[in-house]
Amino acid sequence: MTELTRLSAAEIARRVQAREVSSVEVTRAHLARIEAVDGSLNAFLHVDAEGALAAAAAIDEEIAAGTIRGPLAGVPVAVKDNIATADMPTTCASRILEGWRPPYDATVVTRLREAGLVPLGKTNLDEFAMGGSNENSAFGAVRNPWDASRVPGGSSGGSAAATAAGEAPLALGSDTGGSIRQPGAFTGLVGVKPTYGTVSRYGLVAFSSSLDQIGTFGRSVLDAAMLHEVVGGHDPADQTSIAAPLPPVVEAALAGARGDLAGVRVGVVTELSGEGYQPGVLAAFTDAVRVLTDLGAEVVEVSCPSFTAAMPAYYIIAPSEASSNLARFDAMRYGLRVGDDGSHSTDQVMSLTREAGFGPEVKRRIMIGTHALSAGSYDALYGKAQKARTLIVRDFAAAFEDCDVLVSPTVPTTAFPIGDRVDDPVAMYLADLCTIPTNLAGNAGLSVPCGLSADDGMPVGLQVMAPALADDRAYRVAAAYELARDTSSGTPFASTIPDPAVLENA
Amino acid sequence: MSDITRSDVAHLARLARLAVTDDELDVFSGQLDAILDTVGRVSEIPDDVPPTSHVAPLTNVLRPDEPAPSLPREAALAGAPEAEEGRFRVPRILGESQ
Repeated sequence: MTELTRLSAAEIARRVQAREVSSVEVTRAHLARIEAVDGSLNAFLHVDAEGALAAAAAIDEEIAAGTIRGPLAGVPVAVKDNIATADMPTTCASRILEGWRPPYDATVVTRLREAGLVPLGKTNLDEFAMGGSNENSAFGAVRNPWDASRVPGGSSGGSAAATAAGEAPLALGSDTGGSIRQPGAFTGLVGVKPTYGTVSRYGLVAFSSSLDQIGTFGRSVLDAAMLHEVVGGHDPADQTSIAAPLPPVVEAALAGARGDLAGVRVGVVTELSGEGYQPGVLAAFTDAVRVLTDLGAEVVEVSCPSFTAAMPAYYIIAPSEASSNLARFDAMRYGLRVGDDGSHSTDQVMSLTREAGFGPEVKRRIMIGTHALSAGSYDALYGKAQKARTLIVRDFAAAFEDCDVLVSPTVPTTAFPIGDRVDDPVAMYLADLCTIPTNLAGNAGLSVPCGLSADDGMPVGLQVMAPALADDRAYRVAAAYELARDTSSGTPFASTIPDPAVLENA
Repeated sequence: MSDITRSDVAHLARLARLAVTDDELDVFSGQLDAILDTVGRVSEIPDDVPPTSHVAPLTNVLRPDEPAPSLPREAALAGAPEAEEGRFRVPRILGESQ
């Protein structure tokens, strides 16, 4: 790994803008890194070297002329492949959209370009963001840079692996039930799910519209916050976009890094712990909570009894919304078409196309959703899941009366071996246990690395949850923790990510 | 609890326009059964709780009714599997038996 691919995004930006290095050089270094390691990682579905170098050259010219578009101008970024890009394919890792080029950029992509960031390419994911391991991609699994035999998490597994491996300093993902925080935890990154409605979803291919949220990956809290401020804020093109100012997340990350949490009330959620949690995960989490106490936070235990209903409710609500959203893949307006040979009707072509174009997990979720919304099951399944959602919202509201933030392990386990859970959908769903409540309530949540599990040497995530529109609180706590963690170990955690050059032999 | 049979899966697949295979009927009936057993735990939630369908603090979102360019026809058709004379070309609508 060259030095440039180890730097934080903030430091790359400083050097590029001070003309110590050009954006073209930085972009070349990352493209070279992709060339070297992505054959084994499979984090990218598409790399646009030419487009990235042209964008970088244009930014260099602007900087030379004295114009700096924004704090991250000149910094490369990777984009999850369910986010529309007019100049690159957008496949959602599905055969049904293989090679499809959207007619427009997603708002977040427009904002990346306007802020002078350099999109490198599109990252792998579980098909239509449905999964927790990236094994549901139609274009192959992604390997975890920490251990090539393990999953990177999902669904934003490509964005996570790319950022951890130094293929990109930053990445965008989407988080419907934990799809940024969980792979963030599995790969030793900061992964952020902002408050629902605070980052535009215009151009994000819809999976579960009441839960989907675009967010950021970085190797530090500050990097994730800086990207968050680039893409966040109201967008009239997204009807669910909240017309409120974005919480001051960069300021909060900087404030947290002053290392003082005096007066901050932190709640440890009783229900997100205990049986089924890996011992090494619980030990790392307990250590992290002790660090928060040492930083002056007031730590209390809080009970959110309805959180036990979150996983069942989510796996009704998300598939229900998905079954409706994915009805648009009908073989008529875009994507794959199968069986159009004159002998089949439109209806038959739809069925043949969807059968050929969707993978098993997408089919399972469409059928579960179809079942949950059908007349005979609606009250017992979808109706009850919506009631469970109310109870979860109430539990958060009560907890946030006594606490500024809530904490838990991000995932009950570390990254599991590739292939371990593919035939057991319910086991796979358990990876989302701790992250789902935040999506159901529309709150903010992030995962910050809290060391390695003694069981297997794999990274563990500390989840910090904050009320809606108070994302800054989570950033402040995470940044303070991050600094204390690195000070006590004597080494920045980001620099301990193993060099996946070793993967070339895997 | 739930008891999803092959014919239930076949029915759901037809509703969802998925031409599933015989092998899939076997695999999916077992898997959907296991999933529905797990998610069916929501039945324990009391009936008198109001439902929440979304959490955005929004009701109607209005904007001024101002004309603006729409997606050009060529762009809308560019990703179509088949297009003809500036339109999406679709297979015949009616089946043999209709």
